[in-house]
This record gives sequence, C-alpha cells and structure tokens, in this order.
Amino acid sequence: MQQPQPNILLSVKKLNKEFNVSGGLLDQLSFQHGKLIRKKQSVKAINGISLDIVKGEALCLVGESGCGKTTVGRTIMGLLPPSKGTVHYRGQRIDNLNRSQLLPYRKHMQMIFQNPYASLNPRKTVATTLLEPVRFHFPEMSQAQQRQKVEQVMESVGVNANWGPRFPHEFSGGQRQRISIARALMVDPEFIVADEPISALDVSIQAQVLNLLMQAREDRGLTYLFITHDLSVVEHFGTRVAVMYLGRICELGITAEVFSSPRHPYTQALLSAIPKLGQSNLGRKSKHIKLKGEVPTPINLPSGCVFHDRCPHANQRCSNEIPELNNTSNGVQIACHAVEENRI
Amino acid sequence: MTSSTFETRSDLWQRIKSSLVYHSFTHNRTAMASAAVLLIFMLAAVTAPLIAPYDPWDQTQFDIMDSEIPPVGSEGADDRFVLGTDAMGRDMLSTMLYGTGISIAIGIFATILQCLIGVSIGLVAGYFGGRLDSFLMRFADIQLSFTTLMVAIIIIAVFQATAGLKFYNDFAIIVIVLVIGIAEWPQYARTVRACVLAEKKKEYVDAARVIGLKPMTIVYRHILPNTFSPLLVISTVQAANAIITEAALSFLGLGMPITKPSLGSLIRNGFEFIFSGSWWITAFPALILIVLILAINLLGDWLRDVLNPKLYDK
Repeated sequence: MQQPQPNILLSVKKLNKEFNVSGGLLDQLSFQHGKLIRKKQSVKAINGISLDIVKGEALCLVGESGCGKTTVGRTIMGLLPPSKGTVHYRGQRIDNLNRSQLLPYRKHMQMIFQNPYASLNPRKTVATTLLEPVRFHFPEMSQAQQRQKVEQVMESVGVNANWGPRFPHEFSGGQRQRISIARALMVDPEFIVADEPISALDVSIQAQVLNLLMQAREDRGLTYLFITHDLSVVEHFGTRVAVMYLGRICELGITAEVFSSPRHPYTQALLSAIPKLGQSNLGRKSKHIKLKGEVPTPINLPSGCVFHDRCPHANQRCSNEIPELNNTSNGVQIACHAVEENRI
Repeated sequence: MTSSTFETRSDLWQRIKSSLVYHSFTHNRTAMASAAVLLIFMLAAVTAPLIAPYDPWDQTQFDIMDSEIPPVGSEGADDRFVLGTDAMGRDMLSTMLYGTGISIAIGIFATILQCLIGVSIGLVAGYFGGRLDSFLMRFADIQLSFTTLMVAIIIIAVFQATAGLKFYNDFAIIVIVLVIGIAEWPQYARTVRACVLAEKKKEYVDAARVIGLKPMTIVYRHILPNTFSPLLVISTVQAANAIITEAALSFLGLGMPITKPSLGSLIRNGFEFIFSGSWWITAFPALILIVLILAINLLGDWLRDVLNPKLYDK
C-alpha cells in the first residue's frame, strides 16, 4: 500500500492462525457410506489480519469473546507460531525465528498477562521473579547493578521494596498485576502486549493499573498493543482502535473517530451496546442495534464477509467476496463492501 | 531505598513454624507418632556400629555354639543376647539394627533413583508433548505391565548366574537399588507429567517464555518446584514399596546375602526354624518391618491430606 514508514514499530501482514481440533490421525478417520474418510477440522482463530503499530501509540484491540484478540497478541509475541502470514519488528521478520534468534527482540517486546493469579510463579519470591529477566538479559551487569535496576523499576510502578522477600499469594490482584508490570518493564522494552491486563481486577483497582500503564507509556515512551473487551477502557486509553470480529479486523482507526462515527455495521452494533447514562428513552439519538443470530463457529467460517449473515446491509457480494481493509476519507480503515459502495 | 528487597527471610525456622504443614503436624498425633518411630529407627540404624553389642558382619565375633538361643525371658536364655541369636549364633539385636539400616538405605536410594529417572522423563514428556510424550508414556506403560518383582527376579537371577554369587553378594545392595529404582520410575513419570500438563498452561510459564528462557530452564526452575507436593506424597509410598520389594526379593533368596542381611533376609533366614520352635528369628525382624512400613505409610497419608488444597477449607 505505502512505503514502510520508519516509525512503524511492528507490522503484521495477512496473519492466519488455525488450531487443529480433530486430534491425531486415528481420531480423524471415520466411516461414511462404507468408505474410510479422513476429516480434519480446525478452529480458524485469526483469518488474515494486517495491521501496523506506530511507535508511541496505544493500539487497542477490541472484540467479543472468542474473536481471536488474545491469539493475535500471543502470535505477535512468538508464543504461538502463525499458520500463515508474517510479523515484522522494525522491518525484521520475527515470526520464523527460533528461541535464541528471538532473544534480542525479547528485550524490546514484553507481555503483560490477563490473570495476575496465574502469571506469577507461586514458588518464587517477588525479588526472584523480578531479578530473573534482568539476570538473563543483562548478564554483564554486576549483581549490585542488577539489584539497583530492579529496585528502580519496582519504585516506578509502585511496588514496595519490602515486598521483595514475599511470595505472590501474600498479595492482592492489583498488587500482583503491578508486580507483573514491573517484570515486563525490567528489560526496558519499547513495545508491550497487554492481554486484558485489568479484566481480572476489581473496578476500583482497574483505574489504578490503567493509570500506571499510561504513566509508564509517558515516562518510557512505550508502545502498547492493548487487548481488551472493555469499550470504556478503549476510549480512555487507546490512541487507535482495531475492532475484531471472528478473527478479522472490521474497523481500524483513531479512537475518537471510530467512537464518534462508527461506520462498519459490526462496530455500530458494538458501540451501541455501551450503556449510557443521562439519555431518556425518548430523546436518544442512537438506538441499540440488535444483531440477529449468534456468532458463527470459527470452525466453519461463513463465506465472503464473516459478518454477512448477521449484517442488516449485506447483499450478494458480501456473501461471496471477502472485504479488505480500505482507507476512508477520515483515515479510518474499514473492511466492508457496503461502506465501499457508499450504501451506508 | 532499603536493601530489604533482596533479603531472604533469615529465620527459616520461624517460617516453618508459622506454616500450615507445621500446624497440622503438631495437631496430628498419628503423624507425630509415625515421625517419631521413623526417626528412632533411622537414628538406631545410623548409629548401629556404636550401639550394637556385636558386629553381625564380622564372622569372628559369633560362635555356632551360641545358635538359636531364645530371647531374654524364655527358658534357656542368655543375658549376652537380649533378643536371642539366630541359627549362626549371631546376636539378633545387633543383626536387626544393621538390617534395618540396610532396608532403609535401599528404600531411600531406590526412591531417589526412581525420582531422578521418573521426574526427568515426566518433565520432558509433559512439557514438550506430542510424539515424544506419546513415545515416553507408552514406554512407561510397557514398563508398568511387568510387575517390579518379576523384573527384579529376572535381572537379579541373570546377574547372579553370569557374575557369580560371590561377586553378587559383594555388590548386592547396589544391584537391588538399581533394579528397584529402574523398575519403578513410571510412577514418578506419570505423576510429574500430569502436574506439568496442568502447570504449563498457566501464564507464569508464558511469562518465562516471553523473557526468552531456555525450555530446560523453564522446566526445572519454574515448573518443577510446583510439582513438589505430589512428589513428596508418592515418595513416601515409593520408599515403603521399595523396602517391601527388597524384603520380598530377600525372602525369595534374591536379595541381600545372609552375611549382610536386611530385614527381609532375616525373616527368610528364620523361616526355616519357625517350626522347630525358634520363632524369634523370624518374628522380631518381621515386627520391625511392619512397624517401619506402617510408620512411613501413615506419614504419607497425613502428608497427602495436608498437601491437598481441596481439604484446606474443611
């Protein structure tokens, strides 16, 4: 589409990820009409996602449960190998590297996990957990320097220095998530994948952790891929937002633009579902859009646009042809035939 | 900022004292009694060269004329031999002290060997999964389909036949430890594998991978410590089993030689004389063996209960 911009940090191209759900060879075999048939089924978690993450932004990935948000994050981090497609970091392809080749990138890319109760090793003290990445990535530092570094980062994310000798079970969810964030920041990364980092926390703690992440972004010039299903968080946190449905991106653009004038029918329906205060039933502008049916199974994807059988604007083309992300006038990218044809 | 971040809590004893396991231990009489019995047996076995009145391994110290003297309190007893003597004129008390030591040593070392083999295989199978996992676990299934005793009998019989009985008698303890250790590893491998399968899905493993740690580092430093509780529990069972297996082998004449008897070979040794009235040669070692196994198993039962998180809230 365009020349690779120098400020693009991470670029994902036509990413696909399928999970085999039909088991081994023997499980795949079955008899039908007297014939031995091999049937292979897979969940298509991601279906050709392309997106660029610009340095310094906080790109939010939103969508309902099971739409593949987390899989995108994990594939980018190299925790899962992609089935098809590529991931480039600063122009270097990283999806096909092995563990030792990836090591230099591990210093730049880190991840924060969803469940603070599972993301800290219960048998290790906070100090051990936090020292581990520093020891591993900065072996040239003296022990005193390593410890100093850990203490600095701990202080910057509000982890009390006295917590060091304690074990994770002695802390609350919010405290643990701070420790997880500290661990991710230990290697001075520039890019962080945050996989629903606040969804397992109390609402009162969510704001604290969110502010901590925003503070870290300002102080350290971080870039985030923020995976969430919480639309109010997106509005507060994200500079850009990508809306996912069934493993595809349907709308991608500046958060304010997308929230003020959503154009993809799915985005419209999604945003209309945000509960709003202070609107009387009579005078409200946007009615709650009710979609028909349910999300189709990702094992048998609908042909054409994955959204076509629930879309109020779908026509013949939508059920045949997969829409690509296209730029629109206000810079928002939308994958919809109806928008392209100016039908909506 | 203070330097307290990296202090390990120095008073380990304080931590143990405030732990749940310690609390449960001090409130469970069975556990305390079993631990006391086990401790006494182990102490007696370790200090046997000091506290035993005679050295049963030194053939110059006993006299065939002293054979089959009954224990003190029976008719014809001799004050020199409190628990009587066996058919070779050995003091039963001394022989049992040394024999308990051999039995416990075989139990401990065989368990350690099983643990090393089984845990390594279980960790690899569980973490890497796929074909390697299938291969190793089918291998374990095959191994399990032969009973330990059968494997041990075959190996030891072949070993005795090829290497000669004298050579075997010199190295019997090592051979027995190896045979029991190798025959029982699947127990550990299966337990550890099941634990690893549960642990590797947790996000701390992903976090370690994102840091870039080597798979082996993740397996040994992150996952292994989280499998300790079940390992501890099956270790008690396996130690008791190893002692019983050794006793059974000795009873069949394939275990420890009579010159360096374990509890099992003492029982067998006395069995020939049980109908001629010399009951003490079999009865005392059998009693010791039963009490030893019972103590280990009771301790294992308590450990299983206390380490089972589902029982915490009851």
